Amino acid sequence: MKKAYLGVDVGSVSTNLVVIDENKQVVAAEYLRTSGQPIATVQKGLYSIGQEVATHFEIAGVGTTGSARYLSSIIIGADIVKNEITAHAIAASSMVGEVNTIIEIGGQDSKIIILRDGVVTDFAMNTVCAAGTGSFLDQQASRLSIPIEDFGNLALKAKNPVRIAGRCAVFAESDMIHKQQLGYNNEDIIAGLCEALVRNYMNNVGKGKEILAPVLFQGGVAANQGLVEAFNKYLEIEVIVPPWYDVMGAIGAALLARRAVEKKKKSSFKGFNIQEINFKTRSFECQGCSNACEVVQFFENDDLIARWGDRCGKWELQAV
Amino acid sequence: MKISFPHMGYSYIALKWLVNHLGHECIVPPEPSKKTLDLGVRYSPEFACIPFKILTGTYLEVAEKGAEIILTSGGMGPCRAGYYWVMHQYLLDEIGKKVKVIAFEPPLCNLRDFWQKLHRLRVSGGLSVKAFIQVLKITWEKIKAIDDIEMKSYHIRPYEEKRGETTRALWKALEFVDEANREDEVDEARQEGLNVLQGVRRDESRDPLKMGIIGEIYVVLEPSANHYLQIMLGEMGVYSDRSIYLSSYTRKNTIVNLEGDIFQVARPYLNEAPIGGHGVNSIGETILYARHGFDGVVQLAPFACIPEIVAKSIIPAVSRDFDIPVLTLFIDEQTGKAGVQTRLEAFVDLMEKRRELKRQRERWAI
Repeated sequence: MKKAYLGVDVGSVSTNLVVIDENKQVVAAEYLRTSGQPIATVQKGLYSIGQEVATHFEIAGVGTTGSARYLSSIIIGADIVKNEITAHAIAASSMVGEVNTIIEIGGQDSKIIILRDGVVTDFAMNTVCAAGTGSFLDQQASRLSIPIEDFGNLALKAKNPVRIAGRCAVFAESDMIHKQQLGYNNEDIIAGLCEALVRNYMNNVGKGKEILAPVLFQGGVAANQGLVEAFNKYLEIEVIVPPWYDVMGAIGAALLARRAVEKKKKSSFKGFNIQEINFKTRSFECQGCSNACEVVQFFENDDLIARWGDRCGKWELQAV
Repeated sequence: MKISFPHMGYSYIALKWLVNHLGHECIVPPEPSKKTLDLGVRYSPEFACIPFKILTGTYLEVAEKGAEIILTSGGMGPCRAGYYWVMHQYLLDEIGKKVKVIAFEPPLCNLRDFWQKLHRLRVSGGLSVKAFIQVLKITWEKIKAIDDIEMKSYHIRPYEEKRGETTRALWKALEFVDEANREDEVDEARQEGLNVLQGVRRDESRDPLKMGIIGEIYVVLEPSANHYLQIMLGEMGVYSDRSIYLSSYTRKNTIVNLEGDIFQVARPYLNEAPIGGHGVNSIGETILYARHGFDGVVQLAPFACIPEIVAKSIIPAVSRDFDIPVLTLFIDEQTGKAGVQTRLEAFVDLMEKRRELKRQRERWAI
């Protein structure tokens, strides 16, 4: 059997799994909605990607990333846990070696990563506001009863994009409703929204960053042609949407896993068939001191496999 | 009288001793918690910054415990924090709490006002001038001892073998200082505390990155307001030095100190000082950390803090000229620490890679 590496990216909105072979080629990919249930979604995704690849490939290493990276690493048995910024940068530079800028917009995050000669030199991520990320686009699409998949293409049909305030999601929405009640058509409103989001992105995370081509646009939101067009127009650079734009984080995790097992030799992967296992968390308030930390306990069936949440580390030490 | 004050890091240990030995009763402010934040957000103006909201919450909590007087700082210059104590007094009156807020303006700003307020505290506590000076002196020694111990913990933590050992040693060490009552006892407690920290089992083979921490004073000094940033960094194996300690301006061995004028350092980038808060300091300190060979700087800023926003827009130029990466974290009501952790982990990866390349270049040069 050929060796392969698994990368898992569990984010706020989507859970992505990718298997790459020794030549860094993607052999299987899964894109699922997290729907607020990271554990069940990982179990499900793992099973279905296992169905695809288990007969031809042996998983030699696993990496996890995304906001639920620590939780999923315990469930799966990961060899490396990495933040999504580094994972995205690794994936992008393995696809386009000379990439200088990465624009990544996901469910609740938007980030910009600046690379020079293959090394991350600067990055920024939205901090206190999620306007302009996937969740907001989702919400607007459902308000207008337009499938999110068609959202971007509608924007491309616009003749005269309207101006919409992009500073804040709530203000953007009331601006959109206002324009809609004045009789503007949906195409022009959606195109206006795309331009507003790009403006907001550039003013917020892109502020003060030197944006040089090639620019890669990745993350789930890169599926939106309207936004791609809006970025092209704003930056006056043709942004590149890589073929696996929506699972780049997972690809990065898989690439990192490949590197990690070179040192580690043996993978900790628990296998694809974990959907029968009952994972659950239970928490209690530690009474040891006045901090009253909430200690979270993580069980695999009835076995306690991890504990976290204590500031002094005393509970963590006792967990095996 | 029952006296309280804002919670700022571990300084409450010294201030509690001060209040009690002035002949008053101290209501120790609780560490800001979810409850503090809930109260603060509920009663503060929506657009006030997070330090204001945390203080509102703290004041309401201590008022609940019977505090009659709250001692706090004023401030000169254009940052609105200098006026916060007036706002807080209005708020407390409006809510119907019988608490008086007494603010100490910087002595250089109005020396008479400063002494008058101190005098009133002394007389109402019934202390002689001599005893009063002695109490102030011991309090100051305590503040210095607390800072020494805290600084030491940031040196030790990146090397600790087991997570949490340094934190527990730190708590133990602070207890010693808490129990000391005379000048020589404070000195002894300080020594003993440093020894306890020195005793933490360490892996000396590690090579920690060095990170400077700059920004607005409250979010820099109060760990619960910055997601325990320095502890988090230490546990990730990073040595951190922060620009502000209550005693740092009297020190010579710290990176940011009285030697040299910080405004002077920042002048090539901002020919106007002060601009309020710690805005100019943040620019100058970034330069100092770069000069001292630090691998990176984290700027902590309350959301909507104007001085820090001014600094943030100038820092990219400093960062380019001095070749030092800077990460800005805006702090608001969010208590989720995952977001901060993600950004820090990525920033640590970035610093590590840069250091590797820098060392490679240095080797080639030889």
